[in-house]
Amino acid sequence: MAEQIYYEDVEVGTEVTPLAKIATTRMLVQWAGASGDFNPLHYEDDFAKAMGVGAPIVHGALKRAWLGHLMTDWIGEQGVLKKLSCRYRGMDYPRKMKTMEEPHDGETWWCKGKVTKKYEENGEYLVECEIWVENGKGEKTTPGSALVALPSRSKNRQNL
Amino acid sequence: MAEGSLITEELRKLIGIPSEPIIFKVEEGAIQRYAQAIGDPNPLYNDIDYAKKSKYGRLMCPPGFTGWPVKGGISVFRLVDTLVKAGAPSRLLDGGVEFEFFEPVGAGDTLIGTTKIIDISERETRMGKTMFTTLETTFLNQNGNVALKSRSTLIQF
Repeated sequence: MAEQIYYEDVEVGTEVTPLAKIATTRMLVQWAGASGDFNPLHYEDDFAKAMGVGAPIVHGALKRAWLGHLMTDWIGEQGVLKKLSCRYRGMDYPRKMKTMEEPHDGETWWCKGKVTKKYEENGEYLVECEIWVENGKGEKTTPGSALVALPSRSKNRQNL
Repeated sequence: MAEGSLITEELRKLIGIPSEPIIFKVEEGAIQRYAQAIGDPNPLYNDIDYAKKSKYGRLMCPPGFTGWPVKGGISVFRLVDTLVKAGAPSRLLDGGVEFEFFEPVGAGDTLIGTTKIIDISERETRMGKTMFTTLETTFLNQNGNVALKSRSTLIQF
């Protein structure tokens, strides 16, 4: 994991360290089991067609979990994630598997974000971020936001 | 909206009624499998020894995970059934979610979840007449504190 980030290290516009993800049909099966979401929309072709999305789509909640991963990696163990939200605006379609382990070539998704606000409140050092998942074409299919509390260097000094 | 509203009187009556509380026990293996499915190698979610030595003292849940079987999900599916029986369209998509985290959740914790419908609205979309239902789920932990809250949107068309 990266070095701990502090409140003083970020300004409005600071980029959240991007995180790459590759959705595969295998990952969707794994997610279904781990999350308990067995909606056939995410693994059955005919059902997905009947639901009007064309083919099985990536679970919205998986993309939300990716955004959680993005934020918790960035804020480190001393940071606290207080709010996380996103909208499932665009459909994403997983890569199919070529071998047991390897997917076919195709899209890579990027989880990204940037700081929109920083402020102190009730002794906490708070940072708001705009976050999103973007697809291989650079479209934001899953826009959202996060509120985190970061450790402060000045506060640490006082505590010593 | 020429043919009138999707939101029947029966649907309006469902707003604000809390579901039966559902009890979740958070297990280590469930946390690890969930973290693996996301592809998140964070040792707090994967490495029991590491997590025990951390300030949390136990394997921690990635944000938004509340244990498996995901009874919160089951209560949502039940709610969808109830909505459809009350006249809502049966084609369903997940619109999004907002989480608010108050206390860390980890292995060994017990959570009690309660879901209620807080709003139903409708508008014309490219799918035709579409209904939006906002659900709020509150999770209390074994100490009686609110551990997290989620607000999610169901899209039915």
